[in-house]
Amino acid sequence: MSAAAPYTRHHPRWFRRRVSVWWWLESWRFTRFVLRELTSLAVAFFALLALWKVYAIGAGPADYARFLAWMQSPIFLLLNAVAFLFVVYHSVTWFNLAPRAMAVRIGGKRVPDWAIRAGNYAAWAAVTAFALWVLQRG
Amino acid sequence: MQRGPTPLLWTIFSAGGTLAAFLYPVHLFLTGLAFPLDWLQPPSHDFALRLLSHPLVRLYFFALISLPLFHWAHRFRYTLYDGLSLKHLTVPIVVFTYGSALAGSLAAAYLLWRLP
Amino acid sequence: MAETVTLEVTRYRPERESEPAFQTYEVPYRKDWVVLDALNFIKDRQDGSLSYRWSCRMGVCGSCGMMVNGEPKLTCAAFLSDYFPGPVRVEPLQFFPIIRDLVVDISDFLGKLKRVKPWIVRQEEQPLEQGEYKQTPAQLDLYKQHSMCINCMLCYAACPIYALEPGFVGPAAIALAQRYNLDSRDFGAQERLDILSGKGGIWECTFVGECTRVCPKHVDPAGAIQQYKIKGALDWFKSVLLPWGSR
Repeated sequence: MSAAAPYTRHHPRWFRRRVSVWWWLESWRFTRFVLRELTSLAVAFFALLALWKVYAIGAGPADYARFLAWMQSPIFLLLNAVAFLFVVYHSVTWFNLAPRAMAVRIGGKRVPDWAIRAGNYAAWAAVTAFALWVLQRG
Repeated sequence: MQRGPTPLLWTIFSAGGTLAAFLYPVHLFLTGLAFPLDWLQPPSHDFALRLLSHPLVRLYFFALISLPLFHWAHRFRYTLYDGLSLKHLTVPIVVFTYGSALAGSLAAAYLLWRLP
Repeated sequence: MAETVTLEVTRYRPERESEPAFQTYEVPYRKDWVVLDALNFIKDRQDGSLSYRWSCRMGVCGSCGMMVNGEPKLTCAAFLSDYFPGPVRVEPLQFFPIIRDLVVDISDFLGKLKRVKPWIVRQEEQPLEQGEYKQTPAQLDLYKQHSMCINCMLCYAACPIYALEPGFVGPAAIALAQRYNLDSRDFGAQERLDILSGKGGIWECTFVGECTRVCPKHVDPAGAIQQYKIKGALDWFKSVLLPWGSR
């Protein structure tokens, strides 16, 4: 018989705490993370809204007017407002995390995080301004 | 050596997330708040049709709808795995999330293609 | 008038208890003391049976990681003055099996670390006559941040995916794999990518970001993992679109 049996990783006396399904409620940082992930629902909500709008435009002026009327209903104003807040939260968290994912180097030195974030926010402002200009006419 | 579609799904997730991050706030602000609340004048049906007559604009709206739908699919899939410990329901979750995203994308493609 | 601070410390003696419980200690409050000093005081003067790991007491060995008031911390770097008047809750590192009191089993981490080949991988060594491998400061800068890891596992205690996903290799292991991938002397990037593209690898990560926040050496494992994902995605596209390309 060779060496004595080693302790395995499943030693019966070691205490293993069960991770609860609601682990993300136990710390506000984890809760904030799950809220960030849930912004994807707001994203899907607007994607469907845009789909509806495209359908309404294609179906004719009456359907388009009906879509606009629906957007004025209290239920949609509420949903839109909540979704807007979540979509903005998505944007802010996305731009703030961008520097971690991109190690941009110029001339051997790493571009600092604040510069990447500033670049993102500047691009966001520019794109927003342009979209406002295009969609606002007529 | 292929390792399954995960890298591709992640890439689409990233593209959709970036598109949504840059463009969804302004679009949702206009469509969901500014136009209905009369802060700004909504475009007329004529203007909307004219705008959407350009193929590039149709492509833009297709990307605007489709990629973020896949972003939702990928992210929500993992939210269900981790947030509700539903990893054992992988198959129905994958079918539901990516399936819905695919359905929405096909609908968008069809509608944009068929616009007058 | 000596000030004291209360510590609530996890005790777990498997030979006579079936689960951990807190034991309270009163420890003198000194402004320059860290939680480790308090634990050492307890062990020296009050309760010699308390078990915990520590070594260098200056933040380079990675031994003394524990949960302090629910946060993964090196106890040698957690000043009592930040928690005064307390009570200060000291628990073993989260998401690891508890062997005794504040001591956790780290064999899972060690096994996963070995899997990612955290060493220079080369087909051939340079002949001795050519001397040492040279590296410019710019080449060093590429991987230096990730090389600062002291294997303290605070990042594992902060990572919910490590808690939920038994096979996930975890932040430090991936950061260390990336450290070698970025090292100009190393040629093992493809091997490591093959290992980390599979189950338990980089694709399990959902970029919670807590690992980077708690890291005492600013290794930024979250950043390493996201950059690794970009590399993995590019590699996937290359292998699909150019299957005949050299690897």
